[in-house]
Amino acid sequence: MSVRPKEFILTLEGVNKRFDGFKAITDLNFYMDVGELRIIIGPNGAGKSTMMDIITGRTRPDTGKVEFEKDTDLTRLNEYQINRLGIGRKFQTPSVYVGHTVFQNILLSLKGTRSVFSAIFHRVSSSDRDRIQTVLETVGLGAKADWKAGALSHGQKQWLEIGMLLAQDPKLLLVDEPAAGMSDEETAKTGELLLSLEGKHSVVVIEHDMAFVRQLGRKVTVLHQGTVLCEGSVDQVQNDERVIEVYLGRKKKDKT
Amino acid sequence: MRTDSKRLETWLTLAGGFLLIVLLPALNVLPLPEFLKVSDFTINLYGKYLCYAILAISVDVLWGYTGLLSLGQALFFTLGGYMMGMYLMRMIGTLGQYHQPIPDFLVFLGWSKLPPFWQPFDSFAFAMLMALVLPGALATLFGFLAFRSRIRGVYFSILTQALTYGACLLFFRNSLLMGGNNGFTDFKFILGHDLRSAGTQRGLYIATAITLMLVLVGCRWLSRTKFGLVQQAIRDSENRVLFSGYAAAHYKLFVFVLCALVASIGGVLYVPQVGIINPSEMGTEKSLEAVVWVAVGGRGTLVGPILGAFGVNALKSWATRAYPDLWLIFLGVMFVLVTVFMPRGLVGIPDQLRELAARFQKRKTDAEPPVTGIEPDKSLP
Repeated sequence: MSVRPKEFILTLEGVNKRFDGFKAITDLNFYMDVGELRIIIGPNGAGKSTMMDIITGRTRPDTGKVEFEKDTDLTRLNEYQINRLGIGRKFQTPSVYVGHTVFQNILLSLKGTRSVFSAIFHRVSSSDRDRIQTVLETVGLGAKADWKAGALSHGQKQWLEIGMLLAQDPKLLLVDEPAAGMSDEETAKTGELLLSLEGKHSVVVIEHDMAFVRQLGRKVTVLHQGTVLCEGSVDQVQNDERVIEVYLGRKKKDKT
Repeated sequence: MRTDSKRLETWLTLAGGFLLIVLLPALNVLPLPEFLKVSDFTINLYGKYLCYAILAISVDVLWGYTGLLSLGQALFFTLGGYMMGMYLMRMIGTLGQYHQPIPDFLVFLGWSKLPPFWQPFDSFAFAMLMALVLPGALATLFGFLAFRSRIRGVYFSILTQALTYGACLLFFRNSLLMGGNNGFTDFKFILGHDLRSAGTQRGLYIATAITLMLVLVGCRWLSRTKFGLVQQAIRDSENRVLFSGYAAAHYKLFVFVLCALVASIGGVLYVPQVGIINPSEMGTEKSLEAVVWVAVGGRGTLVGPILGAFGVNALKSWATRAYPDLWLIFLGVMFVLVTVFMPRGLVGIPDQLRELAARFQKRKTDAEPPVTGIEPDKSLP
């Protein structure tokens, strides 16, 4: 074992959040290494989305520590400030700008200044174009740059949104059910794409589809009633008594 | 293809500008046979419509482009109008009913001296400055509070409606010293020109037409910058914008203040042409009417609001004369019909017809016996 203390990209310690008496998050502890790909599973209401909301500044925790990299306290920042630190989030339902072209969707996501006045006088440079094309190739939408995003299929919208995250070149990606509503083939491609990001980016994937979780084959964190039930490999968690009881036992054959 | 449509748009803009700025005034002023002549009345009426068109654009940039339905845009229009009105009141001099050096309503209220805040309005430049500063400051304050608290959708609309209603009640009070429910009227001069002369009115009309074209071109330019893309992105998916690192509230505040200024400029030009300004212009229904113009013309386009403002007001001019009691019913029915059958408004009609024709064509081909081996199209009912 290394003597040096490990550096985490994300640290949640003793986090609690109540909504009108309902305990959404209870004493949650969560640590993630730099460059890691982590999968979070858990039954409905386990607190997965609330956890994402807390990390991305949409919800403030009642108590607890939420830190990014060494000592950036995320609980004091709002959504766009947190995004600017290098944390990108993909929503469960694809949220892309349906009125804009695929190209424009990525353009608005490119790394760079976000102020009102710089946006008014911004000009698209050729390096912007190259970068946009590269991102679109990565997510398999290279030929659809001029399409209206609203005309894309559901799976393509999911990819476009992943592309929008990549365009920001974030340090940490939070991806909520990326394979929802995708065909098997699309799901497999999405899995490959996420695995290819590992190392360069740290990635958190929330997922319900156990086949997809298997394909990713990385460390799994199981959430239950707002706290971590157990962590380990897919096999470990699938054979864990408590997990079987609360989650896999009744959802083992669930593939949706 | 894209450059073609852009060129067409440029030509149409130039043609429209020429028609409004040069041709109509020329037909008014040149010695022409009666049937070609545009009357002074028409020029004045169109000048009023053009002011409404400026207001309509400000509603649409908020609603159609940013997804912020402001039901209080007439407030900023009227505030601009009041600033111009204060200047015009001072230009009456001693020609009022009471022949005093202060506006008649102040004499009536028992004032013998001009209240301090009225004094700088002898200056046209100051009045114009205030026509930008006052609505701008109000929009900044209101927008800052509303957007910081993330007030969205219908709640935002209701608040803007409440704001204009509140202002309306305030301006009805005589103690505000802004003319109470009568407002300002009986104007005589603007910049030394007699407001009752056809020449002055024509000049005001031309100034309004030029302003409208500048607003149109400016808003079109802005909508095509990256700023415009962000603006429309906020309309389509505000969450995505926030989680892409944009402070959506800053963008919304900028648009809101910009639109308040545009509306105010419309009001500044409106008052000398109609010759009166009073608090009923801030009434809630005035802002709603402006929303109807935009919906009828075509929201999310910049030409739509202009067409809507012209079309609906021309209809209003006719209907209030022919069927004075039925106008509001007309307006309501029109709004419902447009919303249901023409969601893209007048501007969207060509597209709608094309789609209809395409569907008709398809139905005809579908009616023929299907070729064996090919699945019938399931996308059709």
